[in-house]
Amino acid sequence: MARNELSSNTITGNFYLPLRQQDGGTENFALDVDFKIPGSGVTGIFGPSGSGKTTLLRCIAGLQPCVTGSLTVNGTPWQQSGNPNRSLAVHERPLGFVFQQPSLFPHLSAKDNLAFARKRASTEVSNEEYDEIVALMGITALLGQRPDTLSGGEQQRVAIARALLVKPRLLLMDEPLAALDQARKREILPYLEKLHRSLDIPILYVSHSVEEIARLADHLLLMRDGRIEQAGSATELMSSADFPVHLGDDLGVLLEAEVIDRDTRWNLLRARVAGAELWVRDSGESLGERIRIRILARDVSLTRTEDQQSSILNRLPMRVRDITPDADPAMVLVRIVPQRFDTIASYTHIIARVTRRSLHQLALEENSPVWAQVKSVAIVR
Amino acid sequence: MLNNADLAAIWLTLKLATTVTLLLLVLGTPLAYWLAKTRSWWKGPVSAVVTLPLVLPPTVLGFYLLIFMGPQGPLGKLTESLGLGTLPFTFTGLVIASLLYSLPFVVQPIQNAIEAQGRHLGEVAATLRAGPWDSFWHITLPLAKPGIVTATVLGFAHTVGEFGVILMIGGNIPGETRVVSVQIYDHVEALEYARAHWLSAAMLVFSFSVLLALYLLQRRKSADGWRYGPQ
Repeated sequence: MARNELSSNTITGNFYLPLRQQDGGTENFALDVDFKIPGSGVTGIFGPSGSGKTTLLRCIAGLQPCVTGSLTVNGTPWQQSGNPNRSLAVHERPLGFVFQQPSLFPHLSAKDNLAFARKRASTEVSNEEYDEIVALMGITALLGQRPDTLSGGEQQRVAIARALLVKPRLLLMDEPLAALDQARKREILPYLEKLHRSLDIPILYVSHSVEEIARLADHLLLMRDGRIEQAGSATELMSSADFPVHLGDDLGVLLEAEVIDRDTRWNLLRARVAGAELWVRDSGESLGERIRIRILARDVSLTRTEDQQSSILNRLPMRVRDITPDADPAMVLVRIVPQRFDTIASYTHIIARVTRRSLHQLALEENSPVWAQVKSVAIVR
Repeated sequence: MLNNADLAAIWLTLKLATTVTLLLLVLGTPLAYWLAKTRSWWKGPVSAVVTLPLVLPPTVLGFYLLIFMGPQGPLGKLTESLGLGTLPFTFTGLVIASLLYSLPFVVQPIQNAIEAQGRHLGEVAATLRAGPWDSFWHITLPLAKPGIVTATVLGFAHTVGEFGVILMIGGNIPGETRVVSVQIYDHVEALEYARAHWLSAAMLVFSFSVLLALYLLQRRKSADGWRYGPQ
């Protein structure tokens, strides 16, 4: 993206909102953010609960009263600081909002819920567009039903379609899967991915689930205590060992890869990441396809020599780049990079989470050569 | 059975109750909406005033209204200066008194229904580009329908059953202020128990039927939530 396009194709803003606790507690929380988000793709807003993710989204939507700040979406000012008259009310902002809790109007059928949005759309919705959105969310057969006869996942799909039917120029999603059980989450995630591919409007996606962020986000805002701690590309941030949010077992790296070969006999794919090649299970990807894979730090073990007798397929000759302590005093995080890799880009490393004792026994230090055994590689998209 | 005076009283009662109920729905709904949504300090005092008729003896309410609307009262002076005369002992006076007397029965069910909706669906409507009016007409009111039905029935029935306030400010003018409850009182005073019986029984049956219909209606409403599958 060229520098001079930035102003018209970004979402920039800053908010300041001190919140007093409902129960009169003395602990003060203030949302204090200043952000610049690319005006396309999915930006994940990630952080522990209570870090202000939802509040930030509500400020962008205009739902949070008494907030001071400004907001410009792809060149159009939505809010200007010190000038409340120039601030658009919620219903004047061309946005779609998908809430965490059930949000269909209970007195209207699914179809009438959609009609409510379509009637008020910022620009007219043609019949083709309507059919396309309904088909995208797979809700054609549900339209005649009332919300209380739909499952939680079905309700959320109707709610997403409804948000799209106002023709938003920005789609805000506040933990849309959080209220659903694991099975329903898996049911909806593919629809969200389709959404990501077929829409050209920016999406802000709030979540505290690493899995959802790894699958959906192109960019990432990391929040903590009402502030944005880091911002950047999702693969880069989600691969850093000093990820500011404690992930524990979910810590790992997120890598962009390309499918380069298919082994039909064993049902495996060969995927190339910068500097290394990995076997992954074949789930129907085509040759040359760009995929995103995730390797968890707990799934990587280290050996001094190659263990040829191992059941583990992915054995990679690497060397240690650096070693950082883990939150657990028994463990360390070892960042390793390909042995034959000249220009070290920050996203090509893998993280291994091993015990401090193993580290000592293997006598590993910076630049030690080491074999990484990668037990599992997940294709997240 | 019922003579012409009784029928006139019944007609007058129905006319009064219908007028008052319609006016209360128009005036009470915005008040209920405000009470349900406001965070203003005034919510407390206003709620207390709205609820007062529930606890005050009707004679107290009637007494103050009589003073207020009488020739020396502020409203009385106003109506006289406008050439309308004074309001006590007129149908209009009864309507004004009944508006106050039945106010809590209309405001509270609607207020409860709106409060039960919470803020969430209003926020949802706003993100779907519905302005405050749009949202009020298409979301708040339809969802408050059970409360509005209850308010209508209770407001009507309570106005029909009014006695003390009417006696205080309306007196006993046939065709103008003599409603059924006053007519029954007259019959008893005149020791005409048979005629008092007929009217009283009619009131009893009427009130019972109205309340029964209301409860049956509400039961059907709540049963709706239990019906599953496409209709």
